[in-house]
Amino acid sequence: MKNKLSKWSQNQAFWPIVIFLLIILINSIMTGGDFLKITMVDGHFYGRIIDIFRNGGKLMILAAGMTMVLATGGTDISVGSVMAISGAIACSIIEGNLLPSLNGSVPAAIVLAICAGIICGLWNGFLVSKIQIQPIVATMILLVAGRGIAQLITNGKIITINSDAYYFINGGYILGLPFPLYIVIFLVGTLLLFVHRTAFGLFLESIGCNPKASKFAGIKVSGYLLAIYTISGAFAAVAGLIESAGIKGADCNNAGLNIEMDAILAVAIGGTNLMGGRFNILSSVVGALIVQSITTTVYALGVPAAYIRVLKALLIIVICLSQSDRFKQALAKAFASRKRREAAV
Amino acid sequence: MSNQEKLLTMTGISKSFGKAVKALDNVQFELNAGEIHALLGENGAGKSTLIKVLTGVEERDKGEITLDGKTIHPRSTDEAQKVGISTVYQEVNLCPNLSVAENIYIGRAPKTKFGGMDWKKMNADASKLLSGFGLNLNVQANLDNYSVAIQQMIAIARASDIKAKVLILDEPTSSLSQAEVNKLFEVMKKLKAEGMGIIFVTHFLDQVYEVTDRITVLRNGAYVGTYNTSDLPRMELVSKMIGKDYAALNKSVLDSKAEKKGSDKGEPFVKLDNVSHQGTINNIDMDIHKGEVLGLSGLLGSGRSETARVIFGLDSVSEGELKIKGEKVNFKHPIDAIRKDIAFCPEDRKTDGIIGDLSIRDNIVLALQTKKGLFKKISKKEAQILADKYIEQLEIKTPNADQLIKNLSGGNQQKVILARWLATNPELLMLDEPTRGIDVGTKAEIQKIVIDLASEGMAVLFISSELDEEIRCCQKIIVLRDMQQAGEVSDEEISQSAVMEIMAGGDNA
Repeated sequence: MKNKLSKWSQNQAFWPIVIFLLIILINSIMTGGDFLKITMVDGHFYGRIIDIFRNGGKLMILAAGMTMVLATGGTDISVGSVMAISGAIACSIIEGNLLPSLNGSVPAAIVLAICAGIICGLWNGFLVSKIQIQPIVATMILLVAGRGIAQLITNGKIITINSDAYYFINGGYILGLPFPLYIVIFLVGTLLLFVHRTAFGLFLESIGCNPKASKFAGIKVSGYLLAIYTISGAFAAVAGLIESAGIKGADCNNAGLNIEMDAILAVAIGGTNLMGGRFNILSSVVGALIVQSITTTVYALGVPAAYIRVLKALLIIVICLSQSDRFKQALAKAFASRKRREAAV
Repeated sequence: MSNQEKLLTMTGISKSFGKAVKALDNVQFELNAGEIHALLGENGAGKSTLIKVLTGVEERDKGEITLDGKTIHPRSTDEAQKVGISTVYQEVNLCPNLSVAENIYIGRAPKTKFGGMDWKKMNADASKLLSGFGLNLNVQANLDNYSVAIQQMIAIARASDIKAKVLILDEPTSSLSQAEVNKLFEVMKKLKAEGMGIIFVTHFLDQVYEVTDRITVLRNGAYVGTYNTSDLPRMELVSKMIGKDYAALNKSVLDSKAEKKGSDKGEPFVKLDNVSHQGTINNIDMDIHKGEVLGLSGLLGSGRSETARVIFGLDSVSEGELKIKGEKVNFKHPIDAIRKDIAFCPEDRKTDGIIGDLSIRDNIVLALQTKKGLFKKISKKEAQILADKYIEQLEIKTPNADQLIKNLSGGNQQKVILARWLATNPELLMLDEPTRGIDVGTKAEIQKIVIDLASEGMAVLFISSELDEEIRCCQKIIVLRDMQQAGEVSDEEISQSAVMEIMAGGDNA
């Protein structure tokens, strides 16, 4: 039993899960149990916890894609802008402004929006792997230009649409659970299967640790980089669809604003080295839940809006410290010396 | 050796990395003032760790260090330097983007009256210091304008100029030419006469006998003994270092070669037909047969590694034809060569070979996995069996296959890379400097493995800048000069002088 526990605690996802549960626990105590309450209305579950999973869906998807990008030693800061493009395309098609011949078909809108994400990802991957621009600079191009492209698509307007089918992406329920959760399970599940059932994970880690030696060992490094950025772009497009279905329209200025930082943070909290190398997708997904639950927490505690960002930053500092081996060692040392002093007295 | 006072003593030093790896176990060391003391041992013996403990890079778990009678406990190289311990590491760690003079005086630059940097004095001092080492450099030029050897000399100059009591030289000569080594030894003797204690870590035994007074040997993290250099015959020293009878090991290499059957003289496995690659090799014409160890010799930049790069698909064939088993090929990427059963252990193990943050197991299966392709994943169980097999067969020193490869010593890292390629079951194995920076014991082991592999029918291309090693292992040596083939010697003709004559440009070509 003890062995099993210690084996579990070796897992990279162990501490993120503990932290997540701790946040939930603290919340439950502070709210006198309200936080944990899940009610059933019309066969749908409602409650703070359900909210975290629903609203965290976008971030979980982005974090999964971002994990792989970071594992290769790169980064993708364009995901927020890609989300804006994806939302803009889908909404414009549904509204009938873009490609009117499609008659506002929702499936076509979704497919084309995801294709746009794939093209964005390919562009990023092309810049990074073939032109060999540093990833942060390469993806900064789309970070800046992406919102401009989105605005060109919507003619600079905020589009609102009226389509129950499209709303379902964010607001729908299946078996009582919100639909975004199923999207997360499908995408992350497929990705995990691919990473673990093939040698993809090994190759990624190898590229992240030492791209030159990886080439010598026969790995087509640039091909894999291209694939990774493409996956990240496609995932960002899906996240963009969830976001725009949530606000029932496309807002090119605010869709996915600053979310790339949350995604990178989620991966960091998950314990993946941002310099590349060993990675754990599941751990990053839990990291995304932590980031989301912090936001939910500050709302639940009724913190005035002006304090929210600072409080969030403080919580992040605490979490990062709790993940740091060096800090833990220093803490253990400080305790030990205090005990010694007390014993001496 | 007029001055016999004890300068530095280290006793009972222990240091572990994690639970599994005990790098030092109750090790002792002592250094007199005015002494050059060699610290020897195989890779992984604990030399580097002992140095790191002494210079504050690593904190010791147990033990005592006294310098000049006072206990010291350095926590950083900076602290170590302040108490008078100065170090030059194997890899140059200076700032390539600063000038030579800045590198020498960084952190202790001379000041003008107004508190600014006195550039004039700094540059003049630097020139003077370096000319003492026989170097006449433009001290205002950036460091990276100079070769690694020169950079190494600058690092040594810097270390000797800091008023140190103890100077540690950690393999300073591995990138130096003979003339530069001689210069270095002069300087070392001068510093010794001034009363400095010098710790000299090296793999070159000739140099140990040339310059040191005493020798301390470590093996597997434990102290073996301290001896006067003049009292310890070389064979005995090597046996102490490897913990085995060196004479026997050496004989087994020669036996393997003598027993080795002749190579298959049919169709060559690889045929280079007037192969060129723009700017690196010109009109190379050679055959590599199965069952043969072919040596490739020549000075640095003569095209040795570059030939292997072309065969491995890292560089393209710009002219001529490369044929594998008689079939013309056009490799675009190493994977194309790997699929044709070619393997290549590159020269620079650290940047081109190891994947530092991955386990030994992952490092071993990597090439086999790329050969099989993305979708045919080698299960963890199969990988474990493979890793265990090679750990045993090549005697890789590690507690288990889960250890990260970066925690292994150089020699063991090299064995892991060798295992990576053997796992792919290659027909041609190309080895570029496979024994560089590796201790004599492991060197002989690797040489024996290479000869045995050829006996079993593998074709081996062996590149080494150590001539005696090529002569020991190869049945035929092709000598390159200025990116071109200068000549070849085989079987009985092989000798040091024959090869060197071609290298230097005799008439044999």
